[in-house]
Amino acid sequence: MKQALDGIKVADFSWIGAGPWTIKYLADHGAQVIHVESATRPDLLRSTPPYKDSIPGLNRSAYFAIYNDNKYGMSLNLNHHQVMTVVKRIVAWADIVAESFGPGRMKKWGLGYEQLKEIRPDIIMFSSTQQGQTGPHRDQPGFGTQLTSLAGFTHLTGWPDRPPALPYGAYTDSIAPKFGAAAIMAALDYRRRTGKGQYLDLSQYETGCQFLAPLILDYTTSQKIANRIGNRSPYGAPHGAYPCRGGDKWCVIAIFTDKEWESLCQAMGNPPWTKEARFGSSVGRKNNQDELDKLIGGWTINFTAEEIVAKLQAAKVAAGIVETSEEVYLDPQLRHRHYFEELEHPEIGRHSYPRPGFRLSKTPSQIHLPAPCLGEHTEYVCTKILGMPDEEFVDLLNKGVFE
Amino acid sequence: MLSPYRVLDLTDEKGFLCAKILGDLGADVIKIEQPGGDPSRGIGPFYHDIPHSERSLYWFAYNTNKRGITLNIKTPQGKEILKQLVKRAHFIVESFTPGYLDNLKLGYKALNEINPQIILTSITPFGQTGPHSKYKASDIVTVAASGLMYLCGDPDRPPVHTSFPQSYLHAGAEAAAGTMIAHYYRELSGEGQWVDVSIQESTLGATMNAPSFWDLNQVILERAGPFRVGLSSQARQRLIWECRDGYVAFAIFGGAFGAPTNRALVKWMDSEGMASQDLLMMDWESFDMATATQQQFDHFAQPISKFFLLHSKRELYHGAIDRGIMLCPVATIEDIVDDPQLRARDFWEEVEHAEVGTAITYPGAFIKPSDMCVKIRRRAPMVGEHNEEIYGGELGLSEQELAHLRQDRVI
Repeated sequence: MKQALDGIKVADFSWIGAGPWTIKYLADHGAQVIHVESATRPDLLRSTPPYKDSIPGLNRSAYFAIYNDNKYGMSLNLNHHQVMTVVKRIVAWADIVAESFGPGRMKKWGLGYEQLKEIRPDIIMFSSTQQGQTGPHRDQPGFGTQLTSLAGFTHLTGWPDRPPALPYGAYTDSIAPKFGAAAIMAALDYRRRTGKGQYLDLSQYETGCQFLAPLILDYTTSQKIANRIGNRSPYGAPHGAYPCRGGDKWCVIAIFTDKEWESLCQAMGNPPWTKEARFGSSVGRKNNQDELDKLIGGWTINFTAEEIVAKLQAAKVAAGIVETSEEVYLDPQLRHRHYFEELEHPEIGRHSYPRPGFRLSKTPSQIHLPAPCLGEHTEYVCTKILGMPDEEFVDLLNKGVFE
Repeated sequence: MLSPYRVLDLTDEKGFLCAKILGDLGADVIKIEQPGGDPSRGIGPFYHDIPHSERSLYWFAYNTNKRGITLNIKTPQGKEILKQLVKRAHFIVESFTPGYLDNLKLGYKALNEINPQIILTSITPFGQTGPHSKYKASDIVTVAASGLMYLCGDPDRPPVHTSFPQSYLHAGAEAAAGTMIAHYYRELSGEGQWVDVSIQESTLGATMNAPSFWDLNQVILERAGPFRVGLSSQARQRLIWECRDGYVAFAIFGGAFGAPTNRALVKWMDSEGMASQDLLMMDWESFDMATATQQQFDHFAQPISKFFLLHSKRELYHGAIDRGIMLCPVATIEDIVDDPQLRARDFWEEVEHAEVGTAITYPGAFIKPSDMCVKIRRRAPMVGEHNEEIYGGELGLSEQELAHLRQDRVI
């Protein structure tokens, strides 16, 4: 089947979260991608759980796997004195070179943008870092796990009367790749029209700020500092998560207008308390939301989350299940759209890969190749994709270039 | 980079960011609102806290680099005008309920007949088809359905979402990536296509490795307040620590990555007489996250916790930068605006708002390309601000025709 990016070639030197994830968007749409790592410095996500059978192993992590499907895996020791002969072939082959090391690291390896341009003048180089290539904090080490706090998300997650709770995971790692992929595609289009490559400097911090922009404007115009407000909404009540039958089970309900409120009351069977004057207007409901939350929770607890959502959606009320990591696999909507695709991985066995959040009608994303084991395709990449003579490959192999 | 292309943006808040990203990258974006203005202008916060359709900071933030026209696409005349615009456009972005445009005979099929190269990007809570495609949603519903919410919050309270709505932004940015992939294919093949974006799926990405814990190990990760789960399979790590005037983010990582930063912190603590013997003696290289126990994490945490409490978040961040420690403040919006890093990178942009008589400082570019300056070229449009420019100047409608269209509430 046709793929949107058939013929696009990417040398993916990036590692861990945001970089490989950016390139996954391209790989899932047909770009040919070589994920370059080194056995002397494997991608860190290879040693981050979950692992097959909970037993660590470089080829057992699904965390690594879900960002590196549809990629060939190559091991290459960039510190080896003879590595440039291989690097030159890779760069000459590639349309795009992606990387996510600290600023300046690629240059030390002879892989800075100016150096790449000498090998391939129209190369597009994409650098994804925590805080960008310039500025006083560019060398500050860290992961998205900390950057999420620097970029303001932690302060805004949790309850106003409690210390902040964490947004799960390396939250900003989930933001940067979307911007990165859009920018890379724009650069490819620009190159197609003008023949010019370019360098793209992405700061994960700066992409994160885009997701809080209105709050930033509220500060720059009125010096207002936003705080976390639990599950409340400034624009309506009830609004939040409510307990359901069956242990730690929850549904969410969001009411903004009087009409929605009336529909909710009807779906609950119009209990007498819903007629109380204090709940009769949206201002009243907002002013009495603590009480309102308790009363609604007293209703929801009698049903499963599925039952609540079925009732409320039938009444045209915005409601949903707080899905667990198990429930997302069972979600009929996600199954209908084939969001998760299963593939057989040599060491992990059969497991699931997520697709991008969109489907192109004529060239939908396809997940066909499981993530590579460390160095799995080194020989194939060198001899079949880069056209290296067998003798040269063996010679470099014996010298340790592919470690 | 995208200056030859035009985007028609019919979205509400669910899709603003998609066309903004294309606009930031240089595309000519026309925001199309219903006459009188889009209801999403009622989303706060508002400039100086005054609710008004021309003062929404949400509107300001996500509609820069767009011109604005009003058009009632439900009227026959409105439809005709839209079709004229579609002929000259390369992209259409919309976020109506699935089937809405089809009912108006303006669905993908109809648009494709007018302009076979058109790319239609549709952003909806659950996608165009499937059992939940017509479900009523709001941000908290799609965050809950993505699995992200279950993972966040304190164990003794309900799961929480981030207080500022995130799922529409995930979808808008995801949509921009998908739209650009479709665009590349269009430029080579001559074929447009339909990009069907699900807000639920776009947000699901933010759960990262959590679903795989179920897939591989049948483990459901649970919310743990300030602790990080999902990095070590044996224990939870504290990531948020209280300090003198707020909170900082720091995690004990083992191995080659964690060792230098842990050692640097312990050295700093020792210089103030606050490092425990155990911390000083620790061989961090051999500290294996996969096998480390909760007792080990908790044991190290005690002296670290005391040290942080004696320092402000600014002191700790500056000290961390000097020493290469993986620590940063739990920043407020004020801290972000004051951050010298963003200032040094010229991140902030002053945008003139003559209608309120001042300039407003905006977050700037999401990327720095070497061959193009990504910047805010124009503020968000006021209601119908560019009607004359587009309808008169471009479509060649006379003043009389415009007056009629206004009178009939078509524009």
